[in-house]
Amino acid sequence: MNIFTKWFHRLGSPPWFYRVSGKLIPWMTLLCAALFIYGLYAGLVLAPPDYQQGDSFRIIYIHVPAAILSMFVYVVMAVAGGISLIWRMKMADVVLISSAPIGAVFTVIALATGSLWGKPMWGTWWTWDARLTSELILLFLYLGIIALHNAVEDRQSAARAVSVLALVGVVNIPIIHYSVVWWNTLHQGATIMRLDGPAIDESMRWPLFAMIGAFYLYYFIVLMLRARGEVLNRESRSRWVRELLAGD
Amino acid sequence: MTSGRAFLDLLRRDLLLAMRRRSELANPMLFFVMVIVLFPLGVGAEPKLLEQMSSGVVWVAALLAALLTLDSIFRSDFEDGTLEQILIGAHPVPMLVLAKVIAHWLVTGLPLLLVAPVLATFLGMNPEAIGVLMLSLLLGTPVLSLIGSIGVALTVGLRRGGVILSLLVLPLYVPVLIFGAAAVDAAASGMPVTGQMYILAAFLVLAVTLAPLAAAAALRISLS
Repeated sequence: MNIFTKWFHRLGSPPWFYRVSGKLIPWMTLLCAALFIYGLYAGLVLAPPDYQQGDSFRIIYIHVPAAILSMFVYVVMAVAGGISLIWRMKMADVVLISSAPIGAVFTVIALATGSLWGKPMWGTWWTWDARLTSELILLFLYLGIIALHNAVEDRQSAARAVSVLALVGVVNIPIIHYSVVWWNTLHQGATIMRLDGPAIDESMRWPLFAMIGAFYLYYFIVLMLRARGEVLNRESRSRWVRELLAGD
Repeated sequence: MTSGRAFLDLLRRDLLLAMRRRSELANPMLFFVMVIVLFPLGVGAEPKLLEQMSSGVVWVAALLAALLTLDSIFRSDFEDGTLEQILIGAHPVPMLVLAKVIAHWLVTGLPLLLVAPVLATFLGMNPEAIGVLMLSLLLGTPVLSLIGSIGVALTVGLRRGGVILSLLVLPLYVPVLIFGAAAVDAAASGMPVTGQMYILAAFLVLAVTLAPLAAAAALRISLS
């Protein structure tokens, strides 16, 4: 067995995950807090106001990371769904269902901050623009996954049903990502992920990267916390959980 | 028996079953007509307004009619055990699922195409746009049935699947709605519609090839 498959098998083992995530969480929290503090301070205080949008551009430091994460979390769920269907890994199910509410919240944040940003810039809270609409559909996909998981009583078939749904819904992700390219929309085009380099000045860029990093870390931390709870709940009859509880 | 034969037999059986319940055949069509009639009553009968809305109204009504009838793809077969026989049988399940979906579309989707031009005329749509509407419905409604089959397959084992089914399926219907209605709008204002038509056709190809696989996987989960 090579290193990769060994690592893969370990990853699928709940006790190993529980142990390692317990060690990782404090460090990640520290790093995440540092990035948040730097990103928020640099973004809200140090970065100069935009020449067109003035101070309201600062919503970018919440809006963009939340929007990126709302898509990223869905992709994670779809990958976890694929792994769960192919290899029947318990941890993949846990990751999938623990991610759904987090992703839904990121989507709500992206929509809400976008709406707040849209009011001063576009003069309207909401417009039926391709990117806004597809982001809203993403929210419905998350809600559908949560609802389906709650509706199926048997835990194993719930996990597999949700996996299929997550994989089917993933078609929406490229639509959201490229909506600003394919359609002429009110929403502006890509600023950071561009072939010819980011179209944003350094003084505004680094705080944004810090915030994006902080959001990613925040997602992984919350995911681990939720997954730990879920694992304990699922494995509550197994020996390692009993030993763990007895040890405390 | 070859798998191709099984496909045709299942298709014929489903169509025969639908024909035996002739009174139910008209239901999706009636629902479609009623939803469209609600719009002029609700928003007022101003001809210009209705003409502007007509493409969207017809498409939304088609979408709701498709949603309403989805449950019947697998429900009765699930209840009498036929579905289990299909799953444990020797023939590829995705193919048989495709047969059932085609039968479902012929019974519930195709009739909408027959009444759509009449209703579109009532809403003041111009003749070129009606032609495009027919074509877009012809390409789009099978996609609705195919995508819907995945949702039904996931929820068929649930006691209260109805509301969840719409939550699962409607987000996936949105792209079809957008391009279908956009094609009709473009035709109404005299612009070329080939782009939207190609995209609808691409959706159809994608759905025909992939949806039966997903639905078959979902059925195995629901019945396990």
